[in-house]
Amino acid sequence: MIIELGHYALVLALATAIIVAVLPMLGARRLDQAMMDVARPGSLALFLLVAFSFGTLTYAHVVSDFSVANVWENSHSMMPTVFKVSGVWGNHEGSMMLWLLILSLFSALVALFGRNLPDTLRANVLAVQAWISVAFLFFILLTSNPFTRLYPAPAEGKDLNPVLQDIGLAIHPPLLYLGYVGFSVCFSFAVAALIEGRIDAAWARWVRPWTLAAWICLTAGIAMGSYWAYYELGWGGWWFWDPVENASFMPWLAGTALLHSALVMEKRDALKIWTVLLAILTFSLSLLGTFLVRSGVLTSVHAFASDPTRGVFILCILLIFIGGALSLFALRAPRLTAGGLFAPISREGALVLNNLILTVACGTVLIGTLYPLALETLTDDKISVGPPFFNMTFGLLMIPLLVAVPFGPMLAWKRGDLLGALQRLYVAAGLAFVAALVLFYLQHGGPVMAVLGLAAGLFLIFGAAADLWFRAGIGKVSADLAWRRFSGLPRSAFGSALAHAGLGVTVLGIVAVSTFETENILDMKPGSSTELGGYSLHFDGMKPGLGPNFTEDRGTFTVSRGGVSVATVSSAKRIFTARKSATTEAGILTFGFSQLYVSLGDAGKDGSIVVRIWWKPMIVCIWGGAVLMALGGMISLSDRRLRVGAPSRRAKPLRAAMEPAE
Amino acid sequence: MRVRRAYPPLSATSTSPPQGGRSLFSLFGSEVSADLPPCGGNVPKGQRGAVAAIAMLIAIMLAPLPAFAVNPDEVLPDPALETRARAISAELRCMVCQNQSIDDSNADLAKDLRLLVRKRLTDGDSDSQVLDYLVSRYGEFVLLKPRLGEKTYILWGAPIALLLAGGIAMGVYAVRRRGKPTGTRLTEDEQARLDRLLSE
Repeated sequence: MIIELGHYALVLALATAIIVAVLPMLGARRLDQAMMDVARPGSLALFLLVAFSFGTLTYAHVVSDFSVANVWENSHSMMPTVFKVSGVWGNHEGSMMLWLLILSLFSALVALFGRNLPDTLRANVLAVQAWISVAFLFFILLTSNPFTRLYPAPAEGKDLNPVLQDIGLAIHPPLLYLGYVGFSVCFSFAVAALIEGRIDAAWARWVRPWTLAAWICLTAGIAMGSYWAYYELGWGGWWFWDPVENASFMPWLAGTALLHSALVMEKRDALKIWTVLLAILTFSLSLLGTFLVRSGVLTSVHAFASDPTRGVFILCILLIFIGGALSLFALRAPRLTAGGLFAPISREGALVLNNLILTVACGTVLIGTLYPLALETLTDDKISVGPPFFNMTFGLLMIPLLVAVPFGPMLAWKRGDLLGALQRLYVAAGLAFVAALVLFYLQHGGPVMAVLGLAAGLFLIFGAAADLWFRAGIGKVSADLAWRRFSGLPRSAFGSALAHAGLGVTVLGIVAVSTFETENILDMKPGSSTELGGYSLHFDGMKPGLGPNFTEDRGTFTVSRGGVSVATVSSAKRIFTARKSATTEAGILTFGFSQLYVSLGDAGKDGSIVVRIWWKPMIVCIWGGAVLMALGGMISLSDRRLRVGAPSRRAKPLRAAMEPAE
Repeated sequence: MRVRRAYPPLSATSTSPPQGGRSLFSLFGSEVSADLPPCGGNVPKGQRGAVAAIAMLIAIMLAPLPAFAVNPDEVLPDPALETRARAISAELRCMVCQNQSIDDSNADLAKDLRLLVRKRLTDGDSDSQVLDYLVSRYGEFVLLKPRLGEKTYILWGAPIALLLAGGIAMGVYAVRRRGKPTGTRLTEDEQARLDRLLSE
């Protein structure tokens, strides 16, 4: 009964979404206040209906109601409750429900916090959001209904894919979707502005907090997914340039570009047309990612062709929204007036360079991901585009960006002084190079590129510190005044410095682990030992174990350094009873920023077992840097000037341009 | 000899579903891979029907657990040669997996290819000879970094073309904008206020 109510709520949600999609937009056209006023309560009602529907599905999973096909296929009564809940979105139908839930959540948030938006803009934004909801509600109800019943109800479920039975599934998809789908708000703002034909600095200021919020979630979500794959798959790899990863990485690249171009638009009223286009493109990439992941087109072009219902449906959504938005853009963009001028060497110029490189990088990833599909469809030739391609092209593109990042915040708006910025940064650059050399000699061995990579990472960190240093005028003014200036800096200045430093930390981790990583693959018998990364591992033996829905063989190792035992680490091989499938649980020990990674392989006949051990120097920096980036974003978001809702006084953009900006 | 075993043609291998994706995210909802163990579960290929399904289940139960890729018995005694083998392996695709190199995959085919690469290297082939040999056997599909050729001009040219197009567009825009008025015009009120202030 509850399940049917959930299904019914979803149908009601569709009806509500259609109303919110139509009435406020008409109202905004006719300047009819009553019609526009439908938008806010309508969006809230839509969210409540979807949330209720999602809640009933979650309930069915938690109580293991196997009469629901979705629960039967993806759950098991013996699973821990947390996995029963996360199992809701661990499958196609449920993940689309999560997509929809987050989409309607963002609509509701805009309805709640968008009080100081002009009525017409708010009505249009919420209407566009509702259009997206309508499309995905149709998609779920027509092709991916999670509420289908089974009769007679099976006694036991088929269990969730063992690899997904992990806390990672509870955190990664919701965070990722919050980012992915959060960009829908930017899209809706862009389309609404195009419909109204008016766009100004205030628009950028309204959009920026939403972009920032989505970007924070996407950054954290991608980092979380990378760490999850790292510890769960038992390969020790952390980024695979898998098409599915690329699908989430492309919106991140475009979103990062959008964050920076919206800044130019907000402060200087420039780059308007580009920012609007970028807002449309970012969410289009999110939609494209959804299509790639959900249609099965990536698994094989042929699989897609044999059951194309879902794929074609999402493809239609994709074409309607991207095509519609871009046509509107082509129609209206020429009417938008261009904003302030700037010299090539200026803060704006640096941000344009940032946008150019990020967009080209995003385009490269896009073409690399889609090229094999396109080629196979058009010519039947099969080629592979894998990590070596992406590492080379993407890596080359990133070098100039990494070098340029510390200069950006040092340049003045309108007309910057590159020589001055150089003078201020040479200390940071020198320090970075010396520190890179020191690190290099400490880790010894490795190509020259590694030094340059390390230097680039450290340059970002020192450059971010130098930015705050010079803004506060430390050393130039009295300590007292410098402190007051430092503590008086806008939070967004701290936020951007922290995010840029975080990027540096990630670069350090990537360079260190790909250059200095060592591994040891060997047969070990209980009682034998091996050395790696300055640590000695003693294999204590294997022990069987029993979990709620799996059995395992766990091997334990005592780790010692210089003859003193420092820790134990264990790795297990699990067999999940319901699916008869197996996973490897890696054993990970963290020393500072570095990790020792132990994974078990095949057992031999003589009681030995294949053991693979990696020493991964500074690998924690990769995700630590991403966390710093997200933190930087949060600090920026808490800035008084950017608090959700933005300007209450219209005169602000003028004043803002004179403030020391981020 | 194991490494000289004849392989099924590509068309046959591509009909068996890819086993296990590289990204966890890809696992959800993709029913194709959800029921299969991660690459390397020694799933027999090309069997069909219920009997085959049961046989497959038994095979999975009896099969060794998914191991990781390179096993100790594969490692070459010469470290220099082994390093080259690893580097080459990272550039070769495991053709029954989803986006995995043979260096990372546990599939039987990947193991055979790793042994094949090592055999060619110990026989004195250069790196490019090994790659050429594999391409002649399996086609361009086996390379994770496609070679520059007719089919891939667009792929390799895209980053450069995008960068050039973006740069030129920026340049043209900057030149066309030069010397034109900027910002928003003053409203009549503001103009009046300005006039008043200036006349004072």
